[in-house]
Amino acid sequence: MIELQGLSRHFEVGDQIVRALQDIHLEIPDGDYLALMGPSGSGKSTLLHILGCLDRPTSGRYVLDGREVGSLPEDELAEVRSRKIGFVFQFFHLIPRLTAAENVELPMIIAGVRPAERRERVETSLRAVGLTDRAAHRPDQLSGGQRQRVAIARATVMGPSILLADEPTGNLDRASGFEVIELIEKMNREGLTLVVVTHDPEVGQRARHILKIVDGRISSDGRAA
Amino acid sequence: MSAVDLLRFALGALRGHRLRTSLTLLGMAIGVGAVILLTALGEGARGYVTNEFMALGSNLLIVLPGKTETTGNAPILGGTTRPLTLEDCEAIQRRVPRVRRLAPLSVGSARVGHRDLRREVTVLGSTPDLLPVRHLQIGIGRFLPDVELDRGAPVAVIGRTVQGELFGTENPLGQAIRIGDWRFRVIGVMAAKGQSLGINMDDVVIVPVSSALRLFNQPSLFRILIEVGAHSEIDAARRDVMRVLRERHDNEEDVTVLTQDSVLGAFNRILGALTLALAGIAAISLSVAGIGIMNVMLVSVSERTPEIGLLKALGAPPRQILKTFLIEAILLSAVGGLLGLLIGYAGSAVLAQAFPALPAHPPGWAVTAALLVSLAAGALFGVLPARRAARLYPVVALAGR
Repeated sequence: MIELQGLSRHFEVGDQIVRALQDIHLEIPDGDYLALMGPSGSGKSTLLHILGCLDRPTSGRYVLDGREVGSLPEDELAEVRSRKIGFVFQFFHLIPRLTAAENVELPMIIAGVRPAERRERVETSLRAVGLTDRAAHRPDQLSGGQRQRVAIARATVMGPSILLADEPTGNLDRASGFEVIELIEKMNREGLTLVVVTHDPEVGQRARHILKIVDGRISSDGRAA
Repeated sequence: MSAVDLLRFALGALRGHRLRTSLTLLGMAIGVGAVILLTALGEGARGYVTNEFMALGSNLLIVLPGKTETTGNAPILGGTTRPLTLEDCEAIQRRVPRVRRLAPLSVGSARVGHRDLRREVTVLGSTPDLLPVRHLQIGIGRFLPDVELDRGAPVAVIGRTVQGELFGTENPLGQAIRIGDWRFRVIGVMAAKGQSLGINMDDVVIVPVSSALRLFNQPSLFRILIEVGAHSEIDAARRDVMRVLRERHDNEEDVTVLTQDSVLGAFNRILGALTLALAGIAAISLSVAGIGIMNVMLVSVSERTPEIGLLKALGAPPRQILKTFLIEAILLSAVGGLLGLLIGYAGSAVLAQAFPALPAHPPGWAVTAALLVSLAAGALFGVLPARRAARLYPVVALAGR
């Protein structure tokens, strides 16, 4: 359960203050499927970063599962990211020198999971994204769609409650983009809260809950039919 | 993140940039190798000198005219000194029972000729005891005859080089040579010995001491070499010799009596300083290597900014990022240091092979210090880049800016 109350995020650029987000009120229940839409520079990525604890609000409250996390120190934020949040990026952000399996293993290495358990969970995750036979391939030996599916396996291997996807189809062709969306929607149906930032209306329309952001404010908050 | 995982991750990152990693390793290896090799060289020089002195026997006293205020070095300006004479030698021999052997030494340079051939040679004047005192060996013929000290004899013993240059393949024994304006008969040839305490013992002519004094028209001996029965008696013998000479020289202490130990000690101090200086020079290359590591790590951090952002997004706290990069730097320096150790030891082995007289073994303190310094350099110069990585702001880092 995510609650944002009067949340703002300002940046200082030179002597100007850029108000990337202003007075955001939002509730995302567990298992929701939310699309964040809006023109570039509207603040939707900033909102996603705050939701993912990569950035802190300038003011306002961010309550995640009953705990105020907007003002936690960096070490505890890292812990929250590790346990509760999975990220999927437009440019995949796989580490090129590591194999698919090793990339998936990385969050568990960071969290200090035992090696035996890691192997098991890597296998489960890769099976869930249908890439068991590509485990030993490096990212440059995989197609774009396969890379994004490795990234999804990595994002979910720690069993997070929220999956944040920043333009997950932005760098893919239609067919593989569709596959990726299907995959994360399937995970959403299994209970994972899904937040997708996109400016592709076709992707956005699929969400249960569409949030349009313009100039740092929510301009419309609607449920899809 | 467990230690094994950290190590594996850092190794993977280093393997990702083979050329850069190996060049940095090379820098560190050269730094550590230089320290080890140069100190081995310095220690080798010291060992060489020590061996030379030990070859003379450790129970040797050296008397030289003139008085120095400090012990160790030979006097350069002796002031007005009385000559050290053959009578002094006789007095010492007679009155100091601890003296086992005594060899007066007179040194000069003269033109030595045989038929048409001439050669500028160091001429030593001494007695038969020079042979055992300086641990010399006769090659063919015999050494100087055992006659009274003040009786010269026109006989000479020549070194190997002199033999070769003046006589070629001819048998030199019984032949006449000219030394200056005097004629001598060759009675023996020294066995090959080579360089000994700065004199090439193959390129000398040895004649009876009184002949040498007359030849060079010198009143004073250059040295008196005294061999004492045992090493434990050396200080007592030194005092006795001093006393006898003082009495003979109007109660004035105008000679210097060196013990083997004091000379050796002086050389040891000089060569120890040389070793330290060499180590200092090598340490500069070690610090350059450390800065090289910092440079590489800084490049690595800015190049891998998106990766750092990703690690943060995956839940890595700043401390973990710091550790990852620090371990990378320490790995670089540690492996480089070990390679340097190999280079240093291999180089020392080659040196020892090429110059067997030079016992070039790297001293333990230098090896330990070089390794510790290389590790410390890795940690020290790794801290700045690692902290920079740890402090990166995740959103900015992810964007790769």
